[in-house]
Amino acid sequence: MTNVLYDVPGPKARRLSLILSIIGGALILGGLIAIFIFLSQPRINAGGVAQPGIFDASRWDILGDLALYRTIWRGLSATLQMAGVAAVLAMVVGILLSMARTAMTAAIRIPAIVLIEFLRGMPVLLMMFFVLLVFSTGQFWAGVGALAVYNGAVIGEALRSGIASLPKGQRESGLAVGLTPLQTRFSIEYPQAFRQMLPIIIAQLVVLLKDTSLAFILGYQELLNVVLKQGPTTFGATYLFTLFFVVWAVYLTVNMALSWIARLVARRTASGRGGAKTRRIEKVIAQLGGAGIAGASETRAGKDNDAGHTP
Amino acid sequence: MDAIIENFPKFIDAFLVTLRLLVVSGIGALIIGTLVAALRISPVPALRGFATVYTEILRNTPLTLVLFFCAFVLPQLGVRFDFTTAATIGLTLYTSPFVAEAVRSGVNGVSVGQAEAARAIGLGFGQTLSLVILPQALRMVIPPLINVLIALTKNTSVAAGFSVFELVAVSRQVIQFNGNATVAILLAVAVFYLVITVPLGQAANYLERRVMARR
Repeated sequence: MTNVLYDVPGPKARRLSLILSIIGGALILGGLIAIFIFLSQPRINAGGVAQPGIFDASRWDILGDLALYRTIWRGLSATLQMAGVAAVLAMVVGILLSMARTAMTAAIRIPAIVLIEFLRGMPVLLMMFFVLLVFSTGQFWAGVGALAVYNGAVIGEALRSGIASLPKGQRESGLAVGLTPLQTRFSIEYPQAFRQMLPIIIAQLVVLLKDTSLAFILGYQELLNVVLKQGPTTFGATYLFTLFFVVWAVYLTVNMALSWIARLVARRTASGRGGAKTRRIEKVIAQLGGAGIAGASETRAGKDNDAGHTP
Repeated sequence: MDAIIENFPKFIDAFLVTLRLLVVSGIGALIIGTLVAALRISPVPALRGFATVYTEILRNTPLTLVLFFCAFVLPQLGVRFDFTTAATIGLTLYTSPFVAEAVRSGVNGVSVGQAEAARAIGLGFGQTLSLVILPQALRMVIPPLINVLIALTKNTSVAAGFSVFELVAVSRQVIQFNGNATVAILLAVAVFYLVITVPLGQAANYLERRVMARR
């Protein structure tokens, strides 16, 4: 097991690495302690009233309050509801767009290209406002509509590049055994493209979940709105920092779970195909300090991915 | 149409605000992101761990939450600045891990044979990285970096929710007085975004094709 980038470190290199590690660790720890001390100082609020530091127990006692958890659950379920409906619709939109995008007739293909490029270039928030104001759908469907269309365009592009990266023989042999072009697409090309692009699609779902928080700006009663915007009025303004942490922790937990699944899927699909080559790539990635391969990068990851897979 | 022409100066002002958010936080994110990427591939475990945690945490936090922190939570802690600065800081922080990931995946994207060949002719770790891997990685990194900037352009719109009068916020304001021209106004704003994102996207595609051809 020799490394590719450097020799197995000898005693000197190991010592140097250890020293740097200790110095770096001390710097990081020092920074964290400085932040901790800054936060734990009592502060004077705008009204001139002294308030306890951030780590004072009186700021955290709502964590034992059942009402808080009910509020969190109300917000989280609204968030998940929006994300779930939008995710399903986004998959549908993505498949439809990728079909239009790879259509034989230019009359379908070219408008689809223009449409996808247009949708991908739009801020999701602007699209939410568009749906809200033009179709007057109410906040929930405005959020769902914008998220579905935007992420659908991204997923459609990923599926298309997945199809494009398949060996030509797949389609040709499908047609040769007498399947119609549509059958070939659905029973031969899509299953492979889908499998190859699954990590990217899941990563896009994380993006979708994060973007549901934009609906807060529309006034939709989701996690951020319910806990962080209205929480301080229900529970008291001193809890703002605590509530922020709670919301942050919830988002991190849900998103990281999804990201972790994306990475797991990436590794499984990679090792299923590449064999020795993939293992070698993974080794270098591990050496360079990385964990996952394609699992995470948000934009245009499709192209990077198919570059990695073509022989 | 009248509503757009009437309010054109307003839109131009808003466009400049968007552009300033983009440029300032773009530069900030490029600097921080590159530093984090450097930490992330360094041979020192403590730095690598820190960079990994930084990337993972920020990347999994919604932008809205980051901006909320900068605009409403930091002032509570005694750190005060105006909303535009808060939005700029938030956008910088949020974008930096994506820059870091783009840079890192560029380094990872250089084929293993390159590193092996460099090692085989006797180059050390520093030499391999600076003479062989990084020059190639840099070329591969530029297209994904442009894509990060495109995402940032779109993300500046979130600042609308935090009292920054950029394109989306101004369009909302204008719509309040011109309810009959809603579609036209929103499409006009869309065009302003496309003015930024389309050229960037074209540049990314062009560079990507060139990089592919060279390899």
